Amino acid sequence: MIRVRKLVKRFGLKTVLRGLDFDVQAGEFVAILGPNGAGKTTFLRILASLTRPSLGEVVLAGCRLPAQAAAVRARLGVVTHQPLLYGDLTAEENLRFYARLYNLPRPADRIEEVLDLVGLASRRRDLVRTFSRGMQQRLAIGRAILHDPDILLLDEPHTGLDQEACDMLDRLLDQVAARGRTVVMTSHDLARVEDLASRFDILTGGLLRASAHRQELRGNLLDFYRETLAK
Amino acid sequence: MTPSRRVPSSPPSRSSFARAVLAVLWKDLAAEVRSRELLSAMLVFALLVILIFNFAIELAPDLRPTITPGVLWVTLAFAGTLGLNRSMAVEKDRGCLDGLLLAPVDRSAIFFGKMLANWVFMLLVAVIILPLYSVLYNLNLFHPGLLLVILLGSLGYVAVGTLLASMAVQARTRDILLPILLFPVIVPLLLAAVRASGGFLQAAPFEQIRPWLNLLIGYDAIFLAVAYMLFDAIVEE
Repeated sequence: MIRVRKLVKRFGLKTVLRGLDFDVQAGEFVAILGPNGAGKTTFLRILASLTRPSLGEVVLAGCRLPAQAAAVRARLGVVTHQPLLYGDLTAEENLRFYARLYNLPRPADRIEEVLDLVGLASRRRDLVRTFSRGMQQRLAIGRAILHDPDILLLDEPHTGLDQEACDMLDRLLDQVAARGRTVVMTSHDLARVEDLASRFDILTGGLLRASAHRQELRGNLLDFYRETLAK
Repeated sequence: MTPSRRVPSSPPSRSSFARAVLAVLWKDLAAEVRSRELLSAMLVFALLVILIFNFAIELAPDLRPTITPGVLWVTLAFAGTLGLNRSMAVEKDRGCLDGLLLAPVDRSAIFFGKMLANWVFMLLVAVIILPLYSVLYNLNLFHPGLLLVILLGSLGYVAVGTLLASMAVQARTRDILLPILLFPVIVPLLLAAVRASGGFLQAAPFEQIRPWLNLLIGYDAIFLAVAYMLFDAIVEE
């Protein structure tokens, strides 16, 4: 579903990604872990077609980036630190706006379904600027899955959320993964991702240093992470 | 894996382009109806500029048709800059620009949606300040020719302005950067708009006004085409 070869990203003289290789099979839930400044967000933005790679090959769902970016975007859902929502529109209006951009058939039914899924049906007519951070992030997930994407990219989605909001987010992600969608999530919260992801990749210094499936780790994600960083 | 059933598989068409333009336009208008931040700032600023000119320049009645177009277009250009800055800042500050760029639509549709919204705001400001201006300067500004010049001039202004605002919004000094980038580029537009407006107010023969109208139309066409071609590259990191 995702294939990345020798990916390099430079910002001026600074090289953030240094020849990174990455593969994800359809239906996998991959957590990319790493310290701050490791290049996680840059990598995710390249996968999301928001940033152009300097060198290398990036293929998502059979479409090559950046040449076939428009085709890729229709199959992608993206959640970032920011909710990408308009505070002066209601929850329903925000979703309606994105439904129009994605040209969804029967948008009203889908919006209803998504608002129920993220637990915001009762607040549908409230302005988003009156929402808590947790509610905004739930609506952001709703926005990202509105068009039922094949691939969901999440950049530190738990940042700034309280325990209850984190738990709800995890339940949502479980549901998305259970539907066979491919999920790639960056995080530095090991405890939070340990039960979510099926595979863990460690990104540091612009390269993926190690990769392990959950079965291989047998609950020792923290040790795996520390050992990789110590190498 | 459950197949995705909602994603349109066909490539972007003309109808999807128009739908995206209208969606962005609707979103900007709906948000403005709620907040009234942008229009109120533009209006207050425009009214202040008119009042300041009214007190600063004592105009003899025979000079008014000569000076009025300049004052009018300076007012519209300055007020428009406030609107352009705010229009893109709203997208950038909450990360919403990424949300727009992630949509599977031709990115120039985003530009045209934003541009049309800015055009609507600018025309609303013009509609409100024209009667006030007419009263303060005792001059009838409701001339069909002048209204045509305002339509054409403001279209070119928002075409260039929206494009440059999407460039300036990436910078920390965006509030300062936009006027610095914008005003040199709109000199031909302002010149043509002022001359054409003056021609209509002074009841000059149409043959004298026509070159300025042609310049306005040419300017609009060129910058709409430039924006269509460049917007994608400008918003991409």
